[in-house]
Amino acid sequence: MLNFSDLLPYTDVFFGGLMTTIELTLLTTVLGVVLGTTCAAVRQYGHPASQRAVAAYVELIRNTPFIVQLFFIFFGLPSIGLMLSPWQASVIALTINLGAYSTEIIRAGLNNIPKGQWEAAKVLGMDFRQTLTRVVFTPAFEKIYPALTSQCIIVMLGSAVLSQISVQDLTYAANLVQSRNFRAFESYVVTALMYLGLAMLMRYVFAMIGKRVFAFREAQ
Amino acid sequence: MTSLKKLLGKTLLATACLGTAMSAAADVLSDIKARDEIRIAVPQDFPPFGSVGADLKPQGIDVDMANYIADQLGVDLTIVPVTSANRIPYLQTNKVDLVISSLGKNPEREKAIDFSTPYAPFFLGVFGEKSISVGALQDLSGKTVGVTRGSVEDLELEKNAPSDVTVQRFEDNNTTLTAYLSGQVNLIATGNLVATEIAKRKPARAPEAKFMLKDSPCYIGMAKGETALQTEVNSIIAKALAEGKLNDISMKWLKAPLPKGFGA
Repeated sequence: MLNFSDLLPYTDVFFGGLMTTIELTLLTTVLGVVLGTTCAAVRQYGHPASQRAVAAYVELIRNTPFIVQLFFIFFGLPSIGLMLSPWQASVIALTINLGAYSTEIIRAGLNNIPKGQWEAAKVLGMDFRQTLTRVVFTPAFEKIYPALTSQCIIVMLGSAVLSQISVQDLTYAANLVQSRNFRAFESYVVTALMYLGLAMLMRYVFAMIGKRVFAFREAQ
Repeated sequence: MTSLKKLLGKTLLATACLGTAMSAAADVLSDIKARDEIRIAVPQDFPPFGSVGADLKPQGIDVDMANYIADQLGVDLTIVPVTSANRIPYLQTNKVDLVISSLGKNPEREKAIDFSTPYAPFFLGVFGEKSISVGALQDLSGKTVGVTRGSVEDLELEKNAPSDVTVQRFEDNNTTLTAYLSGQVNLIATGNLVATEIAKRKPARAPEAKFMLKDSPCYIGMAKGETALQTEVNSIIAKALAEGKLNDISMKWLKAPLPKGFGA
């Protein structure tokens, strides 16, 4: 009944898809967290007008489906003259999506820093920028690090939707193979295991990074 | 006396048999003319070939074709709406004289019924913007083509297109159509009915048929062995092709001219 050997001729297709998913995830995780950090700082300490702008962005993205955002960027924007390749549209869609969710997560971390820390930094003669980068950010990130990790993994899993606009990611590979050899069960089991492996790998890499970045705890 | 009676009886029987045989041999074309009516099966659920219009009357390519044939024969037309499953049984049980119902030809069907020459185009092909010049699969080299994943045209491209063609696969015909309409792809491989749909939605971006991947035009079906009817129908189709009637029908319903070399 089940026949996994039918998948063997498509090893390259699966591997290509896996690499695309990894590349997209790496790129958009970095871009998305940078965007989220910037927006969180603006939302927390910025000018009231820019605070409102960030709030609007966050609410817009968090309250609409990802696939609609993606289709709007890929199919909708060409109507106003902005033509993006499937790859560009994907990077933008994933980045603004992760950016919005991580803004809220990181803001929660910033909120969590006791007022005393700010006052202590001020007493030591630090200015706003120095306080933020040297005193506030690290413990803030440490607090929300597990939540941020999960959000990045959710975005990686959500990238499966990109196959809808012909990005040749892992899900695209599964769909393609399944439409060629009609081995739906086998194709999707293999794909699910690959996603599972990727998610576990991401959790591991995040944990490793966390260990180094938040090493100051161990020194205490 | 008895032998005379017997002889008479035999003669009567033979005449009766002959009579039956003759009426069976009388061809459908003569029947149509004697009746002054032709019964034609058309689809009612397959636009643009046959569907029910806003005025509740059947309309479409097949209906126009039926009207044209009745006109040419100079007889009244009775439209018999059928589904794709029962169009051939209707013909075999002599409930209709002709089936004009977007009927494609294949060996199984050819065993059961006879076909005319083609009257309407139905094909899978590569379509695209007028400015792009491609005339064959080789010309696609280095270009990007949109296609619906897993469709026959997808498999055709994979099998026969040059290896440096970028094939962008979408989930369904509607997404492929949107990709073309939004300009994300400028060439698509699809059926001519999908191309018609695009031409309807955005006439300015009506795709032009570049070349065919798989040709399966529509034929008129009729009962087997009706040579006279077949000859008559074929000559009517030839006339319609020559005087541009077939092209007019194609322009009206498919928003595209007949493909090059149609009916040749």
